Parts: sequence; structure tokens; C-alpha cells
Amino acid sequence: MNLEWMAWTMPTAIFFITIVSILIAMTIWQIISPCMKRKGFLPIATTRGDRLFIGLLSSAYIHLAWLGLTPFTLWFAFAASLVWMGVVMRWG
Amino acid sequence: MDKWEDNRAWFLVLPVFVIVAFSAIIPLMTVVNYSLQDIFGPGERIFVGVEWFKEVLHDSRLHEALLRQFLFSGMVLLIEIPLGIIIALMMPKKGWAASLSLVLIALPLLIPWNVIGTIWIVFTRPDIGLLGAAVNGMGIPFDHTASPIQAWITLMLMEVWHWTPLVALLAYAGLRAIPEAYFQAAKIDGASSWAVFKYIQLPKMRGVLTIALLLRFMDSFLIYAEPFVLTGGGPGNTTTFLSIYLVKIAVGQFDLGPAAAFSLIYFLIILLFSWLFYQVLQNAGKGGAQ
Repeated sequence: MNLEWMAWTMPTAIFFITIVSILIAMTIWQIISPCMKRKGFLPIATTRGDRLFIGLLSSAYIHLAWLGLTPFTLWFAFAASLVWMGVVMRWG
Repeated sequence: MDKWEDNRAWFLVLPVFVIVAFSAIIPLMTVVNYSLQDIFGPGERIFVGVEWFKEVLHDSRLHEALLRQFLFSGMVLLIEIPLGIIIALMMPKKGWAASLSLVLIALPLLIPWNVIGTIWIVFTRPDIGLLGAAVNGMGIPFDHTASPIQAWITLMLMEVWHWTPLVALLAYAGLRAIPEAYFQAAKIDGASSWAVFKYIQLPKMRGVLTIALLLRFMDSFLIYAEPFVLTGGGPGNTTTFLSIYLVKIAVGQFDLGPAAAFSLIYFLIILLFSWLFYQVLQNAGKGGAQ
């Protein structure tokens, strides 16, 4: 199958493989240890999947804000997103 | 009684998952790939990192189009949701009149989007259009191709005429699903019409209004065909919404990289607001009338 039209690059392949791996890991985690909705520092009660979605979406916005507002390398935004993701998943 | 989950039911959603994968996920992956490259043609591309995102985020025309889009969607929601509810409340409850009003009110929804624009071009023409000629006849100069305010008014009228029926039909379905016992209890308590609306009808319509709000927000935020046909984004750029500007970049200038980056930002905005609306409406009235 020729996937040339999709214009794959190594960084985007790694990005999508990571997302798919996270989803598979979350599914396995849910089967092994089903989660209940709970209330953390976020204003709504969330499941584990909700917190992942919130973490990923807000990480995208952190990257965009960094790109739009600062001239510095995006790795800082990436590091901040990782920390934020961990905080949301644990205490969100 | 012990309850157990039958996970085989997940196989029933598999066909939908496959369709969504082909119609949405694979194109989205391609857009992500394009957004990081300069595409010259088939097999001719250069990796440029986040350069297009930087360019798009600092594009003042995109900022203006985004503001216009929020203004348009906000006004559409502020008009269409209350108007749809009022129409639904006024519609006949049963009999032939109910059937007839349902058919009549659904008519604008059956017209293709590009035809809607064409209808309104003719309708608002200052020389022969019913609306345009009538307004001019009253001594008020009307030409939506020259005046930005009149172009906006015409667009809003067209959008409200086209899509309020959807809100009205959804609200009507929600109203008809309320058991009669609620209204009988309210009558016994001597509740006013306003109290019935506030404490019975509105909370019971929350589900359908969530759908109406989400559909109308997403549709109005993605609007393309109607304003493109009616105003072409003009006069000047005053009705150039995000989708029109995006098509100008992608098709007009064939800048696929910036257009892909723009699309992803557009997608993230819609995703965020749809999720926020959904959460707000799902959590609104919790603990109140159910």
C-alpha cells in the first residue's frame, strides 16, 4: 500500500504512535482496574479518560500559546505539558 | 440480582469506528503531516517543523477572521436558540395542524446550502429582490454588496431563517416527550405559565438543547457555502470568516502547509468550545428538576 500521499515524516509518525500507545495503555489499564468518576482540582467530576482528554487538549493549547507568544524553543512547552499532564492525571 | 457486562456489544460500534477512521482520522493524520512540511507537489516536500504554525499564529488577517467568526457564532446562538424555543412553544400540540406546521417549518432545512445563498442573492437584490426592493422603496438605501453592516444583517437573517427550524424541531421533540402528569401537577399547584416553563419545560429540554447548541455552534463556526455565495467574503474582508479565509489559502494560493496548520488550530478551537458547551449544559441544573 502506497502511503506517499499522506506525506508521513518521522516526527509525526512518532507523535501518532505515542497517541495510539497511550490509548491502548489506557484501555488495558481500564480493563485491569476500572476507574470511577472522581472530583479533583478540576471543576467537574472526571474519569481517567476525561482527564487524559483534558490533558491532551490543554497541552495542545500550551504549545500554541508558547509558539504565538514567545520566541523560545518549543521544548519548554513540551516539558510544561508533560508536567501539566501528570498533574491533571494525578490530581485533576 | 447479579449484573454482568456483555462486552460483545462493542463489536456493534466497530463499523462506525471503521467509517470514522477512514473519513476523519486518516485525513486528520494527513493534515498533521502537511502542517509540518512545505509541499511543492507529489513526492516533493521539505520538513519545516512548526514554521507554518508560527506564521499562521502571527497572521493578523486570521485574527480578524477569528473575531468575526466568534461574533457571528455568538449572535447566531443568541438569536436562534431562544427563537427556536419560542416557536416550539407556539406550535400546535396535536392534530393535522401539528403535522402541517412541522412540514412547513422543516422546509428551509431541505434546501442545499449553496442554493440558500443564491436564493438570498436574488431576494436581497436592490433592484428586483423582494426584500432589497421593498427596503429601498421605503426610502432606506439597501445594498448588501456595498455596506458591511447590511451584509452582516443579510447574513444573519439568512442564517436565522435557514437554521432556526432545526432548533425549533429539536425543542418541539423535547417538549412533546414531557409526560402529561407534570403539567397536571403544575395545574393543581396553580403554577403560572412562566413557572411551568422555568421548572418543567426548560429543564426537560436540556438534552435536546445541548444537541441544538452543539450543532448550531459547530455549523455556524464552520459556515462556508452560504456567505461565500452571498457576499464572497466582502465587501472588503468584512464577511471573510475562517473557512472562507482557509479556502483562500489552501485552494486560491495552494499553500497547503499553512492551510493545514490553520485547519488544525481551527479544529482545536471547535473541539474546545464543543467540549465546554457540552460540560456546561450537562452540569447545568444538576440537583434541580430531572
